[in-house]
Amino acid sequence: MGNEPMTDDLDDGMSRRRLLGRCAGWAGAGALYTMTGGVASSISLDAALAAPKRAGGARPFTFLQISDTHIGFDKAANPNARGTAIEAVEKIKALADKPDLIIHTGDITHLSTDAQFDDAAQILSGLGAPVFYVPGEHDFLDEGQGKAFLARYGKGAHGTGWYSFDHDGVHFVALNNVANLKPGGMAHLGEEQLAWLKSDLAGQASSTPIVVFGHIPLWTVYEAWGWGTDDSAQALALLRRFGSVTVLNGHIHQVIQKVEGNVSFHSARSTAYPQPAPGAAPSPGPLKVPAEQLPSMLGIRTARFVRGGEPIALIDQAFA
Amino acid sequence: MRLKFSILRRAALVAALTVPAVAFTTAKIEAATPAKVQAVAIKGFAFTPQVVTVAPGTTVTWTNVDEDPHTVTANDKSFHSAALDTDDKFTFTFTKPGEYAYFCSLHPHMTGKIVVKAG
Ligand SMILES: [Cu+2]
Repeated sequence: MGNEPMTDDLDDGMSRRRLLGRCAGWAGAGALYTMTGGVASSISLDAALAAPKRAGGARPFTFLQISDTHIGFDKAANPNARGTAIEAVEKIKALADKPDLIIHTGDITHLSTDAQFDDAAQILSGLGAPVFYVPGEHDFLDEGQGKAFLARYGKGAHGTGWYSFDHDGVHFVALNNVANLKPGGMAHLGEEQLAWLKSDLAGQASSTPIVVFGHIPLWTVYEAWGWGTDDSAQALALLRRFGSVTVLNGHIHQVIQKVEGNVSFHSARSTAYPQPAPGAAPSPGPLKVPAEQLPSMLGIRTARFVRGGEPIALIDQAFA
Repeated sequence: MRLKFSILRRAALVAALTVPAVAFTTAKIEAATPAKVQAVAIKGFAFTPQVVTVAPGTTVTWTNVDEDPHTVTANDKSFHSAALDTDDKFTFTFTKPGEYAYFCSLHPHMTGKIVVKAG
């Protein structure tokens, strides 16, 4: 495997092609894609990833999920969200086994300003692996309704920023469910994106492991707080024939998981601030906890994919 | 006869033009004191009060007191704020009677309504 440096994908389309080229070797023969999640935070991420060295040909790989960095947030729940984002990047850079790729499940910035996007890009540029982004609603609140995000990360994507790519026989689908939201509703995919998803999946064998990622949960976590996606049932219907579907999201700043048939859903921690458990507070706003408790509620996630029936581990690692 | 009538009509016309002008000035003075304003708080991911009835000409001011940004967006897009960060305000003056439903375009489960109705 080459050690060539890779730039953020979608900026020039180059690294995506390179990634596809690298990954053409394995045609996905029905890997069992089970997840074990919510691993106690006392297990060190480095230990978990001090993995056996990759053997040539059939190699397991890891990818990483980072979410809700909220660059620009400086309120009481975490006056230094910039600092904790840098901390996350440092932890990722220190991993013994480098992730092949990183997905960022949105809310890169807090207020979609150019300055915040620039700062985030600078902080995340040190990750040392290609980063695949989807927007959160905080990245889509500029007057251009996503113009700032799409100018940076939308090249080669469709519509308001959805796309797919393949890596080592795993098909990754990036969705945007924060655009054009409807009064009284929750998150929304829309007809155009669903039509694209249908055609995108049509070319995939049912044995191909699918990883879908988007910002807001694609299952209804808590309707009263808008923690769900109006038209997710249509997306899930398209995913039902696949043997293994893993849906990763952010938005709710906590680890919540659910399994429904062959589909498993996992929301991730934020690197910026925690939010209350569903219904545990009058509103879903930032949760203020004692300063010494904050690191235990922020974190990143590693997914380890092993070809050929070995369980793949989803390791949610808090900062402390 | 015809001439006299015409003069009378002209006098009435002058009176008609004068009286409203006086009334208008008075109304302006009155409006300056109890201005027609209405405050709506955006707090805890909700608009409070959620439904408000106001007279035509009322200026509504929304203030976001949450740590999360929100928007004020008419369902029919006839008015909309930028994203409001903590303590940011948005004002809009409702001149025509009617019902104006709005929501937060970032958290669309947040909805509210302004009912504009003459006294
Ligand atoms: Cu809102």
